Amino acid sequence: MTNLQARVLVPGAAKGSALLLEAPVSLWGGVDLENGQIRDVSHPQKGLSIAGEVLVMTSGRGSSSSASAIVEMVRRGSHPSAIILLENDPILVMGALVANDLYDAHLPILQCTAQAIANLPAAERLIIKAADIGDSIVIWSDR
Amino acid sequence: MRFSAEDESLLDGEHGQAAAYAMKILIQYGRAQQAEEFVPIHSAHIDACLYHGQSSLDFVEKLVELGGKVRVPATMNVAALDTFHDGIHAGHQDMLEPQERLTALYAELGCLPTLTCAPYQRITRPLKGEHIAWAESNAIVFANSVLGAKTDRYGDFADICAALTGRVPLAGLHIEANRQPTCAIVAPSLSESSLAPETYFACLGFVIGRSVGGQVPFIYGLPNDAGEDALKALGAAAASSGSLAMFHVDGLTPEADQYETLARPLPAKTITQQHIDLALRSLCPLNEGEPIGAICLGTPHYSLAEFTRLTAAVAGLVKRTDVEFYVSTSREIARHVETEPAFAALRTFGVTLVVDTCTYLAPVVREIGKSVLTTSGKWAYYAPGNLGYRVGLASLDVCVNAAVSGNYQPA
Repeated sequence: MTNLQARVLVPGAAKGSALLLEAPVSLWGGVDLENGQIRDVSHPQKGLSIAGEVLVMTSGRGSSSSASAIVEMVRRGSHPSAIILLENDPILVMGALVANDLYDAHLPILQCTAQAIANLPAAERLIIKAADIGDSIVIWSDR
Repeated sequence: MRFSAEDESLLDGEHGQAAAYAMKILIQYGRAQQAEEFVPIHSAHIDACLYHGQSSLDFVEKLVELGGKVRVPATMNVAALDTFHDGIHAGHQDMLEPQERLTALYAELGCLPTLTCAPYQRITRPLKGEHIAWAESNAIVFANSVLGAKTDRYGDFADICAALTGRVPLAGLHIEANRQPTCAIVAPSLSESSLAPETYFACLGFVIGRSVGGQVPFIYGLPNDAGEDALKALGAAAASSGSLAMFHVDGLTPEADQYETLARPLPAKTITQQHIDLALRSLCPLNEGEPIGAICLGTPHYSLAEFTRLTAAVAGLVKRTDVEFYVSTSREIARHVETEPAFAALRTFGVTLVVDTCTYLAPVVREIGKSVLTTSGKWAYYAPGNLGYRVGLASLDVCVNAAVSGNYQPA
């Protein structure tokens, strides 16, 4: 049983396997909005799908359009079930806030320490319940 | 968060339901950044008006239904395609109608359909010290670094929420302490490099973005006559390869003097000529003699000064008919270039102007079997992934020569 301390950036609830990215990906341009597949040719995990996964990466990358990318993925159902970041990324936060409001979604964004992420076993199934911004919560694995 | 009387009145709906809705979203956004209060802004630059799918329309339709009107001057960033020049768009035609509708809906909110990524060139020139809420990475880094205005890295939706309320949470680069340099960069000398200035600034920006990420670098070693277009190119490349939102240049940028003493003890990273050469090799993998199908300039949007330089470079020349030559710019600058006699050589040469968008977003190139040249580090960074082109970064002269000869000949 693992658990992971996190700070809530966007409230929501999710279940899914942790997908640890070896490098950050730009949701705009770097991911196919239709199916959630990483299409950035320079990304080491190109071809993997982030749809339905708990996406774990150090930070969002690049474009201000990544907020639109999240909202469009939520509309199409190709979005990750949750996003865990090392560094707060206001562009992704805004995308999740708008997506949750427009489409009654519950996509949470959380911030964790590098240490906490390093201890996370790959493909661990996580259960996330994030009630309010700024809360410090514990993320449980469902085993 | 602490709220002023103005914040409260916005939340209570005294400025309309759309402003109240935008304020509620901005409060959550601010709380995630641990902001303690709001600050009024002078202008907004909106990126949410670029069409990404039905969701782009869903959000703005909600704002229009709620009766939204911007409370500060708001300009629009580029659109997904050029809807102004009939038939220029070579991509999916089904984007045309929703993009036009999206632009019209943002105009209903009171945003100006400027459709440019470089509003700072002529349309809005924020003053030093002014708080603004700008989206579009190159505009953000330019406003902070070259103009000394204060904007955080805004993305879609934060931009229009800021415009509808006239305020933003006090966070990020709105806070003086976050504008201080956090690292130092020593650039190799331009005069000792064998590169054209435009290639030097594009490669340097690419390397800086890669090496500093989201830090605020204090840069030494740039030529002291580096102008706005050079800093525009450097910032745009660095904001593509990294997430640079602000830099200082020793002796050049408006806040450099203020932070000069603070920068001195920072550990300096020296960028060598070898780093620049490596960057150029990754941005220009083309082989000598390779056939060229198109040239794409104007990322960020070409300025009048850049058009003047291009006019001199193509004077007396005519490009081959099987090489396309595109320059992206704003409608406003295009109007001058299309009508002023001083730019007649561009028409003789065969330059095609693209407005409202950028050629790395919207496919306009038809000669897709061949490679494409550009002077822009940002274009060379994004176009291969976005559009699948084989791309080379080159100097303006190499681009012009390739348009005449049909192949790539590095100088």
